[in-house]
Amino acid sequence: MMAKLNDKPLLSARNLGKHYGQRLGCRDVNFDLYEGEVLAVVGESGSGKSTLLGLLATELSPTAGAVNYRMRDGETRNLFDLSEAERRFLLRTDWGFVRQDARDGLRMGVSAGGNVGERLMAVGGRHYGRIRDTASDWLNRVEIEPERIDDLPKSFSGGMRQRLQIARNLVTHPRLVFMDEPTSSLDVSVQARLLDLIRGLVSELGLAVIIVTHDLAVARLLSHRIMVMRQGRVIETGLTDQVLDDPREAYTQLLVSSVLAA
Amino acid sequence: MSAVAAPQASGYNFAYLDEQTKRMIRRAILKGIAIPGYQVPFASREMPMPYGWGTGGVQVTAAIIGPADVLKVIDQGSDDTTNAVSIRKFFAKTAGVATTTETKDATIIQTRHRIPERQLTEKQTIVFQVPIPEPLRFLEPRETETRKLHALADYGLMHVKLYEDISRHGHIATTYDYPVEVADRYVMNPSPTPKFDNPKMHMSPALQLFGAGREKRIYAVPPFTKVRSLDFEDHPFEVQRFDKPCALCAATNVYLDEVVLDDRGGRMFVCSDSDYCEERRADGHRGELSGEAPHLVGGAA
Ligand SMILES: Nc1ncnc2c1ncn2[C@@H]1O[C@H](COP(=O)(O)OP(=O)(O)OP(=O)(O)O)[C@@H](O)[C@H]1O
Ligand SMILES: [Mg+2]
Ligand SMILES: [Zn+2]
Repeated sequence: MMAKLNDKPLLSARNLGKHYGQRLGCRDVNFDLYEGEVLAVVGESGSGKSTLLGLLATELSPTAGAVNYRMRDGETRNLFDLSEAERRFLLRTDWGFVRQDARDGLRMGVSAGGNVGERLMAVGGRHYGRIRDTASDWLNRVEIEPERIDDLPKSFSGGMRQRLQIARNLVTHPRLVFMDEPTSSLDVSVQARLLDLIRGLVSELGLAVIIVTHDLAVARLLSHRIMVMRQGRVIETGLTDQVLDDPREAYTQLLVSSVLAA
Repeated sequence: MSAVAAPQASGYNFAYLDEQTKRMIRRAILKGIAIPGYQVPFASREMPMPYGWGTGGVQVTAAIIGPADVLKVIDQGSDDTTNAVSIRKFFAKTAGVATTTETKDATIIQTRHRIPERQLTEKQTIVFQVPIPEPLRFLEPRETETRKLHALADYGLMHVKLYEDISRHGHIATTYDYPVEVADRYVMNPSPTPKFDNPKMHMSPALQLFGAGREKRIYAVPPFTKVRSLDFEDHPFEVQRFDKPCALCAATNVYLDEVVLDDRGGRMFVCSDSDYCEERRADGHRGELSGEAPHLVGGAA
């Protein structure tokens, strides 16, 4: 029964596109994402990565196409047909969204514990002690000392803030996490630690992840599959190692070689 | 509320506001009653007093008051503060209505900070002066977003606020304007009454109306409506408790104010609801200091 469910994609984008007025955001995007799979979206600045992520997370509305999502009850729905209430429920139970800038993903005026506990309370958690225990447990899992549970994110380093965002998102055991450049605001040494942590949690929890990055090293480390975007379209897609080791498209070759040169 | 007076010819209108404005406010009130706890926007008018003086409450009172009404105005439980006196005078002058300090005689009670200790009746309406109507404001400054959260009954943030309270103070430290859920649906700020008064809102026989002048919102709790104070299972809502009874009338289970007696640190705790205290003393109740300091609280000791 379970295996049969998992044969179906968790999420499918079909002919997905968005224009901002005349300007192209992205178009004709088609892909399937399966449970536990990590998909990296790469491409130069302005290629449409954030637009695509915004569409998938239903933060933007499309000008074409659909995103079909297999809900927890097994039913597949077009995300753009969900009611606002259903959409919000999905956003904070079954999904996570880790932002490039922690200030967009955290409540800076609320303690670390409150940040992690918010989703639990949003879905009806009404036992302070249990919320706190769960928050403390999650802080520990993202390598933040539980003693800092009552501190404000303002007093945290950049790396800690990103880890706090991750804890805040994972506390409801989502199946799918969106990440938009989660490491790019950090120093290289801090990046490595965060990537290790993400990689560990992803495999431990069997998370599906769609991660936008301009850093091919991040894509190589985290993702199973990769999608290369250019001027709003997907120009190459495949297993990450294959695409990066043996890119077919000239543009991808250029991307890869510029990384090698760097 | 009694029958509404016809406009007067003198150029001044009954209860200050013109009839059209009163109709607009009454429509907002009716909508508020129909959707308990929901904040109804209204076109708040300039009143001849500053915002901090309860212009929202004054407009609600002006819209519902009739010539046969008897008005009581309280501030901090007392009828004698400048604010209460000036609002009472305002209606005595503009509507010519009778005023009273006695809860039992009033048909409309406009209040800042307290709900009278004496149980209100079906014949009474209590009007609250509200400075900040939006309970979600603390964590979500965006109006578009708070409106959406109310529409979806998405109130997790209220508990984040209480969570922060407990994590900082070891208990829910909010003592005034303690948020409530009305009729199992909307979350509402009760205005800066002490949480001690929250249980009085639950299933109250009186109509409860709330007016926020600066923020241009009206909301309502109809008679006999469920009002529940938010809390956690392991940190249940509790009202303030006082160790001693009122020093003047020996009342227990009432809200007490501290009164400084002298400059040597002498003090006593007395009913914040001065009408309630006076009535008890008139009935012969005596507190441990009732003989000593009657002048401090005024009225008949
Ligand atoms: N809100 C908007 N209004 C108008 N055009 C937009 C808007 N957001 C993005 N665009 C345009 O859509 C295209 C794709 O932008 P998008 O932000 O998706 O790219 P990106 O790949 O995420 O770039 P970056 O790597 O710089 O973040 C660009 O041409 C951009 O100018
Ligand atoms: Mg982007
Ligand atoms: Zn007393």
